[in-house]
Amino acid sequence: MKTFTMIKRALPAALLCLLLLPALVWAGAISGQRFGAADEIVLTFAAGPDQATATNPESYSVHEEADPDIRLAVATASLGADGRTVTLKFSAPLNTLKPHVVTTAGASARVSKSYLGYLFGILVSALLINNFVFTKYLGLCVFFGTSKRKDTAKGMGFTFLIVMVASAIMSWFFYQFILKPFQLNFLQIVIFIGLVSLTVQAVDTVLRKVNPVLFNSFGVYLVLVIANCVILAVPLILADNEYNFFESLMLATGAGGGFMLALYLMASVRERLELANVPRSFKGVPIAFIVAGQFALAFLGFSGLSIF
Amino acid sequence: MATDKSSLQLITNGILNENPIFRLVLSMCPAVGISTTVMNGLMLGVAVLFVQVFSSLTIAIFKNVIHPRIRIPTYTLTIATWVTVIDMVLAAYMPEAYAKMGIFIKLIVAFAIITMRLEMFACKETVSASFFDGIGMGLGFMAGMMAIGFVRELLGMGTLLGYDLLGFKPLLFFVLPLAGFFCVGLMMGFFNYIEARYKSAKRASA
Repeated sequence: MKTFTMIKRALPAALLCLLLLPALVWAGAISGQRFGAADEIVLTFAAGPDQATATNPESYSVHEEADPDIRLAVATASLGADGRTVTLKFSAPLNTLKPHVVTTAGASARVSKSYLGYLFGILVSALLINNFVFTKYLGLCVFFGTSKRKDTAKGMGFTFLIVMVASAIMSWFFYQFILKPFQLNFLQIVIFIGLVSLTVQAVDTVLRKVNPVLFNSFGVYLVLVIANCVILAVPLILADNEYNFFESLMLATGAGGGFMLALYLMASVRERLELANVPRSFKGVPIAFIVAGQFALAFLGFSGLSIF
Repeated sequence: MATDKSSLQLITNGILNENPIFRLVLSMCPAVGISTTVMNGLMLGVAVLFVQVFSSLTIAIFKNVIHPRIRIPTYTLTIATWVTVIDMVLAAYMPEAYAKMGIFIKLIVAFAIITMRLEMFACKETVSASFFDGIGMGLGFMAGMMAIGFVRELLGMGTLLGYDLLGFKPLLFFVLPLAGFFCVGLMMGFFNYIEARYKSAKRASA
């Protein structure tokens, strides 16, 4: 009951904010705003701005919407050839995934990426930039255990993808509608691991009937999926970041796809390593670790990648 | 079936013969992810030791009332409970260290080593044997983590436990998170080499 009254009380305020927000954003003379390069914001003024003010970096105040207290210092402000566009350059790259607010002489604008682009950004980030295996170092037991052959790696990766998406969606519902409203946050670990085991059990039963060959080739590793950090990490990250449903879906898909990609890449290399002349004491797992390290180095190159 | 090993043998077994990290190659995620300093290894080692000992004890006490078909979910929930305990304790009393560990404290629940010890040992053995086995495994994990942390901290930062030992940084590369892969791989190869040398020396003398 308490929650309901709280929602009822908060509702008018929320509506008011919604009404006022566009008014705030559109008050003033800025007619267009977007992110330029990683450290740029490009503003378009409806009427030609005052030359002196527009090129003075001091006259702009920029912050991330979530942190109004942290002002981002504008390094330079330059007026474009048409006399209406101003490019703000910052000394450090901006976190373009977060919406920013720019205020200047009576005008303010909210700069953000389109929501689809944002969702896609989460997907690509989980898939490549923050690949769960190579940059977050999760799920390594299964990663080294099942990456000996390409066929197993493909099957295992796909199973992971399914289990991950299914368990992430279930955990999201549990977290948002049960754990959070009833303040049961301390049960997170117990609930999430329970849901993961449930999903694994379901996949186990289905796979046993549908594809016995694949089931046999996984052997003990399907059980290991339960005790695998990469699958459990997704719900925990979702809960930490308060992601909404679509964001959760994207993160889970990206994480699962990233795991699949990592497994397949690794299996391709390890099949060839079988034939290579590796020093005897490095045969097997040690050389696999060093190869994984090289992959991780390569994946470091994805950092800073942004498509939208 | 009761083990005939003494408590000391059980403990050294976990540290040397069946070292979770270097011999069983389990629980590699933290060994790569947060082994940048000795302190990190020590902290996570203590947490794992706690969870391993108490889970082993719990399962060893209740082994006769757990139905074999639901044993794995029972293990998981037991571990999850103890992980929640250590998670909340660390968050309350050691917030700085807790922040450094990040998600890995919660992920202790998914460390294969703990489940494996419950399945292989605690569900068959006596309470006291399981207790010492848990201590051995926990200490073995801690020793492995600290060994990796030792190499990485010394080579990367030239320090140990925060004290400047060398005064310069021999291989700054080892501070990078991803150097954990190289470090673990090289150390494993090194240990294998030592073992092979040791064995051949033994054979030659025999």
